[in-house]
Amino acid sequence: MSRIHVTATVNGDPVEFLADPRETLLDALRNHLDLTGTKEGCGTGDCGACSVTVDGTLVCSCLMLAAEANGKRVETIEGMARDGLHPLQRKFIEHAALQCGFCTPGILVAAKALLERNPDPSETEIRYWLAGNLCRCTGYDKIIRAVQDAAAEMRQDHRGAA
Amino acid sequence: MARDDVKTGYKYVGTRPNRPDGLDKVTGRARYGADFSLPGMLHAAVVRSPHAHARIVRIDASKALALEGVKAVVTRADLPTGLTGEDLNLQDNTLAGDRALYDGHAVAAVAATSPLLAQDAARLIEVEYEVLPHVTDVDAAIAPDAPVIRPGVADYSVPEGMHGNVARYMEFGHGDVEAGFAAADVVREHTYRTEATHQGYIEPHAAVGQLGEDGRGEMWVCTQGHWYIRRMCSAVLGIEAANLRVTPSEIGGGFGGKTTIFMEPLTLALSKKAGGRPVKLVMSRSEVLRATGPTASASMDVKIGMKRDGTITAGQVYFRMQGGAFPGMSPIGEALPCAFACYDIPALKHEGIEIITNRPKAAAYRAPGSPMAAFAVESMIDELCRELGLDPIEVRLKNGARNGSKSSYGPVYDVIGLQETLEAAKAHPNYSIPLGPNQGRGVASGFWFNHGGETSVSLAIGEDGTATVSIGTPDIGGSRASIGLMVAETLGIPYEDVRVNVVETGALGVNEPTHGSRATFASGKAAVIAAEAAIREMCKRAAAEWGIDADAVEWKDGAAHPAGPNAGKFPPMTIGEIGAKMGSTGGPISGHHEVTAGGYGASFGTHVVDVEVDPETGRTTVLRYLVVQDAGTAIHPAYVEGQYQGGAAQGIGWALNEEYIYGPDGRLQNPVFLDYRIPVASDLPMIDTVIVEVPNPGHPYGVRGVGETGITPPLPAIASAIAGATGARIRSLPCSPPKVLAAIKALKKG
Amino acid sequence: MAKVHLWASLRRFADGQEVVEVEAATVGQMLDALERAHPGLAPAIKAGLSVAVDGEVIANNRAAPVKPDSEVYLLQRLKGG
Repeated sequence: MSRIHVTATVNGDPVEFLADPRETLLDALRNHLDLTGTKEGCGTGDCGACSVTVDGTLVCSCLMLAAEANGKRVETIEGMARDGLHPLQRKFIEHAALQCGFCTPGILVAAKALLERNPDPSETEIRYWLAGNLCRCTGYDKIIRAVQDAAAEMRQDHRGAA
Repeated sequence: MARDDVKTGYKYVGTRPNRPDGLDKVTGRARYGADFSLPGMLHAAVVRSPHAHARIVRIDASKALALEGVKAVVTRADLPTGLTGEDLNLQDNTLAGDRALYDGHAVAAVAATSPLLAQDAARLIEVEYEVLPHVTDVDAAIAPDAPVIRPGVADYSVPEGMHGNVARYMEFGHGDVEAGFAAADVVREHTYRTEATHQGYIEPHAAVGQLGEDGRGEMWVCTQGHWYIRRMCSAVLGIEAANLRVTPSEIGGGFGGKTTIFMEPLTLALSKKAGGRPVKLVMSRSEVLRATGPTASASMDVKIGMKRDGTITAGQVYFRMQGGAFPGMSPIGEALPCAFACYDIPALKHEGIEIITNRPKAAAYRAPGSPMAAFAVESMIDELCRELGLDPIEVRLKNGARNGSKSSYGPVYDVIGLQETLEAAKAHPNYSIPLGPNQGRGVASGFWFNHGGETSVSLAIGEDGTATVSIGTPDIGGSRASIGLMVAETLGIPYEDVRVNVVETGALGVNEPTHGSRATFASGKAAVIAAEAAIREMCKRAAAEWGIDADAVEWKDGAAHPAGPNAGKFPPMTIGEIGAKMGSTGGPISGHHEVTAGGYGASFGTHVVDVEVDPETGRTTVLRYLVVQDAGTAIHPAYVEGQYQGGAAQGIGWALNEEYIYGPDGRLQNPVFLDYRIPVASDLPMIDTVIVEVPNPGHPYGVRGVGETGITPPLPAIASAIAGATGARIRSLPCSPPKVLAAIKALKKG
Repeated sequence: MAKVHLWASLRRFADGQEVVEVEAATVGQMLDALERAHPGLAPAIKAGLSVAVDGEVIANNRAAPVKPDSEVYLLQRLKGG
């Protein structure tokens, strides 16, 4: 099967690769671009471990073909820390919001997308936004608290900067 | 050992520092099983049986092998013969022999130059099956007309005359149960059922294996125990353990399911056939659900007698559990002793059988057997409490096990904390919040033995006075942090100066996996003893420098001090000063400890849950949830809470949603997360925790394992809360909306 | 002599006895003595047992001490998650 030439921007860097037409964006990130921070937990869009943003939209990268990323701007967990850790990353460590850590990249990417839309989400809003990101270790309690705490700090910083 | 042997007043133990692997895990840098790659690596795919039970007539791989880029195919014919016992079971499960025994049983595997090509090739491998009669239900499997799946499977324990699918039988107890029932005011008897569930770790099994012509190999694998991987792969493939070096990756959850092998030997067998090129194999989610090790399903008869004042006079259980198509895998041997472990009852009788079915080979799942047993016994006790109008915590306080009680399974309990968890639950505000319409409250207690096991740990002092600890138990939920805290406390140096590494099989003696809630307990205990050995050596070095007797040196706050005025007047010599000079004072300083660790203390817990049931749909919402559990000493309280919360969430899933559903064709109907529905964030409330600390005299810092007990109480607590909300008692899990709705409707009709 | 308590379904391999007294200083010696006295117990011992000595459950440590007045309980081999 002939391969498709794909050019895209990943975490701000230009990339190009040859994709099998059947390969997903997740396959391409992990196998062609060595960005293994994005995880595969199910391959069917049920677990959210492969969450990335494409042109700012949160997607399961296992449900998108690699070829569809052509010309797009993709952000993964590896691009989240700029000038130090993102407040969400810091708060996840501080709150012990991860045990095995396998779902953590997807949850961080999804939570960041939430806070960019809604800087002051309620507990219920956080729970429903993250309902597509499965965690089997934590019971979500400390994850929700970490997101709330990060949001509060980011609002504080925002006010401080304004 | 007396309780006052346990030290208190710690500097590091009991604090909540950042875990050392946290940064890697929030940045995507941490390497899990599927994240590993090697030069020249091939990718594998597995051909699996679509039948629950079938004779394998013929396997033809010629079309697959003709595909360009396909490098090797393995079938059972490529594995050595002559294995016996559990080694043979492991080999039979790795690749089917003459029969496929369950839907998803591996039949062949192929390695190719890309994952997609391997999958294409797998589809070209032709397997001819002769379908055989099957049975998947635990009770149906012992019906007179059920096909006998594994003739001759019964072990020594099975009395004559039992069904051919019975693999094990056990009975134990004490006292006169008939007299006990006669003395009761109320005796009730019911059958309870739980369905099989899966550990549901988010990371599918993954391994990269390499094996050369010379029989030497390496493996990188996500596992709870890499020495188990080494032993089992060596046995299945007929290679020497020392020739297989196994390195654990970070592990994306295990919960017992990664304490054994499934597809790992295939990477090595394929590698050897492909000229020694490394082979990566990553399971899909469907493969994980169909063909790894879910837990047993159970059918359980319970009979309990109670007096009007709540005194339990006698208890009797008969448990039937299936653990798939292989003997020895159901947790019947754990479930029975767990059944009444929370109680001190004068007369008990336990009987149980293990049943073979056409289901995957069960593996351990968090407190194996205990959740099912608790569902049966704790539900029944709640039914009696409601019937007699008694408070469920008072009844447990009255009958509950305490220090010195004879346990239900024989031995006398030493120092345990069940009563303390009950008192804390009773005092917690959640227990007195008024309930609204359609709301109910459930209470249950739970138990797990915990475990010590084979443990080997090394610790080395660095030239700058830092310490490196090598452990063999993979870190699933923060054990590097907890072990680091104990070592820092022992050495008297900052937590940040201790680095804890999980090392490969070549670096330490044999370690059992991270299982049985043993990592912080056993690796921690060995690390503390290793640190004490290093301290003795450092005191010796200081003594030599000072020209005094080593016994006249004491260690405190990270430095050697003369022990009292008679030892001489010397300024303290710090660990950094000793480390800097160690090359010239006698060589490297390290400590080492290896042991089959004893002294693990059981952990008891009590949960309180409030639910609301929608009378129109039967849907249950968990309103609030409280976990109270004895940790002995909480080394890193945040990760102790995490274990409590995570265990509760898994138990809630088991109680409300999760179940293996097999069709009449014997195929698993729900092998994806959409249909095998584990709790999501919007299903749960915050999970309140109370850490009770009744120090374990068998550990230098009083640690009890905390990982497992928490999954046990939710099953009965939720069913009891639903009974409180609706009046309907669900005796068969899960309490799914259709089942609850039907029960509510039946009550109205009744 | 240490008192070794057998679970009910083991007793048929030991002439119906609930408690077997054996002379042993370690768990290993205790198991060996049991097997000598009641060869019918061999398959159960070979299958793997957990042993509780004076309340402490010992998974598989044959070197663990047994005192002359110890209360020993045999349990099925316990596995953990």
